[in-house]
Amino acid sequence: MADREPVLEFRGVNTHYGPVHILKDVDLKVFDGEIVCLLGGNASGKTTTLKAVLGMVIPTTGDVLLNGEVCSDKSTSYRVERGVTMVPENRRLFKRMTVKENLEMGTYLRTDKENLADDLERIFELFPLVKERLGQKAGTLSGGEQQMVAVGRALMARPKVLLMDEPSMGLAPVLVAQNFEIIEQINEAGTTVFVVEQNASMALSIADRGYVLQTGQIVLSGTAEDLLSNPQMRQAYLGEVD
Amino acid sequence: MKLLKLPQQRKRRFGFVDSFLWAVRIGALVFVVVGIFGIPGVAGGPEGSLFKTLSGEGVSGEAWRDLFISGLAQGSMYGMIALGYSLVYGVLGFINFAHGEVFMSGALVSFFAADAFATAGIWESQPVLALGFTILVAMATSTIVAVLTERIAYRRLRGSPRLIPLITSIGMSFFIRYTFRGLFGDSFKTYPAAPGVLEGRATIFGVEILKTQLTVIVVTAVSMVVLYQFVARTRMGRAMRAIAEDREIAALMGVNVDRVISLTFAVGGAMAGIAGVLWALLFRQVHFLTGFLPGIKGFTAAVVGGIGNMAGAYVGGLAIGLVESVGPLLVLDGWGIPAVSQLKDVVAFSALVLVLIYRPTGLLGERLSVEERG
Ligand SMILES: Nc1ncnc2c1ncn2[C@@H]1O[C@H](COP(=O)(O)OP(=O)(O)O)[C@@H](O)[C@H]1O
Ligand SMILES: [Mg+2]
Repeated sequence: MADREPVLEFRGVNTHYGPVHILKDVDLKVFDGEIVCLLGGNASGKTTTLKAVLGMVIPTTGDVLLNGEVCSDKSTSYRVERGVTMVPENRRLFKRMTVKENLEMGTYLRTDKENLADDLERIFELFPLVKERLGQKAGTLSGGEQQMVAVGRALMARPKVLLMDEPSMGLAPVLVAQNFEIIEQINEAGTTVFVVEQNASMALSIADRGYVLQTGQIVLSGTAEDLLSNPQMRQAYLGEVD
Repeated sequence: MKLLKLPQQRKRRFGFVDSFLWAVRIGALVFVVVGIFGIPGVAGGPEGSLFKTLSGEGVSGEAWRDLFISGLAQGSMYGMIALGYSLVYGVLGFINFAHGEVFMSGALVSFFAADAFATAGIWESQPVLALGFTILVAMATSTIVAVLTERIAYRRLRGSPRLIPLITSIGMSFFIRYTFRGLFGDSFKTYPAAPGVLEGRATIFGVEILKTQLTVIVVTAVSMVVLYQFVARTRMGRAMRAIAEDREIAALMGVNVDRVISLTFAVGGAMAGIAGVLWALLFRQVHFLTGFLPGIKGFTAAVVGGIGNMAGAYVGGLAIGLVESVGPLLVLDGWGIPAVSQLKDVVAFSALVLVLIYRPTGLLGERLSVEERG
């Protein structure tokens, strides 16, 4: 794995919101085909990390690389074109648009119109419910349904790397488990997944590797098994969940 | 530009489709009322008229009908201007007070095209071609002015507090106004009279309408439908709505935010340009100050209709047009006030105040609160 080129890499990334230093010298790598999770408590900088991947936050120092290309100061749409997309925290669907229009927004940059119908069918296979809701305004859906549409919208972009910001947030436990199964299926179909979570045990149950973020610093990293058996980890993150 | 073909697409419903239908319903109701009362009113003359002002004086149905239709025509133009305010507010969350000047620039520059056509005789011999080209000139001018304003002034201010672009837009309004005065002088320019085919009256469903007013109403209605289809159905229109709802997520979908915001200004400008020519056709005089009052009325219309809402802009425009046309006679006549029609602006702005007091979101407004826009 070490000799492969990472699809996503941070090299000493620092970010600030005004004077406030958020990410501190973050290094991380995500390789093709992996599921990698980024764990951390509230306000530890998880969302900021994802925003830095997409250029919604620009690092003050350090570099963000996509497929080996330095993209630190590239626009969001440039990066989306290179195959990265995100299911944002709290889904953030376009509530005044229909479900179908939300899915169409996911295809905004795609030029291969002939494949769209097939991709849509794939979304319906993953989420049969979405098909029934196509004409409905996204704002009228339940939280679980919104999550499905948000994932569907991201998949319609045919991402190589899918970023997910706390997919378990605000969902009933049974839906959380379903959600993580879907993430595994998406990964098996060939999409690299970088998932941010507070729910460490759930995330580690599907991930290949993980990083732990604390007040903007990576304090721990390793394979999922290592992290699950790490005493520090058990105490700080897993103990609360189990 | 449908990206996905799906059997269920007919089922989709937009908020402003509903709003639009409501507008049609209200409009139809008004027409029925006018139809019932108007025709016997015309036949009976003032004495036998069913129409009375609030003070109890009878007015001929004919007079009411003319006021009503000129109100509709006037209101259609306010609606076209209101669209520019509403679209920009929807996407950027601020009122572009320079929009009246965008309207003026189209009206003023198109004068030269219209004048040249009139001198060459094409205005009369090829009225459709000449008018069409004049409208294109106005649209192009207004679009360029609107897009440049955004590019030069507002884009840099996007992250700043809301008051700053607002004040800047007032500054831009003066800048554009006096730039045009500098370029074209401060004389009134007399637009050529409407071509012969548009002289006199046409009879539509038994109602006589001045052909110029009919032109205004038809052209604005068609423009509105085209714009509505553009925003509802095309990829760019969807991008505009996406930015209006959540700019960050729109960018995440790959929308080039700067370009779509430019497009929004362009579309608002084009609509104002069309309105500029129609205005000039009705009132025949253009001037560097021509944009002031229509600009304010357009803004009023956008607020009355529900700012940020496209159908609302149109409905608000019609409402303001009708209120200021019919209102003065209906409410103020017979109380010893001299020349009530001089008070039309008082009536229009009173309507604004009343709407803001009793329905702050506007007639068709959604919950577009300041908080929601962040
Ligand atoms: N737009 C912003 N402006 C200023 N501070 C912010 C902004 N977004 C996040 N922060 C701060 O940055 C820190 C990390 O936030 P975030 O990355 O959202 O954390 P997490 O996703 O791990 O909960 C928090 O202290 C938060 O208050
Ligand atoms: Mg977060």
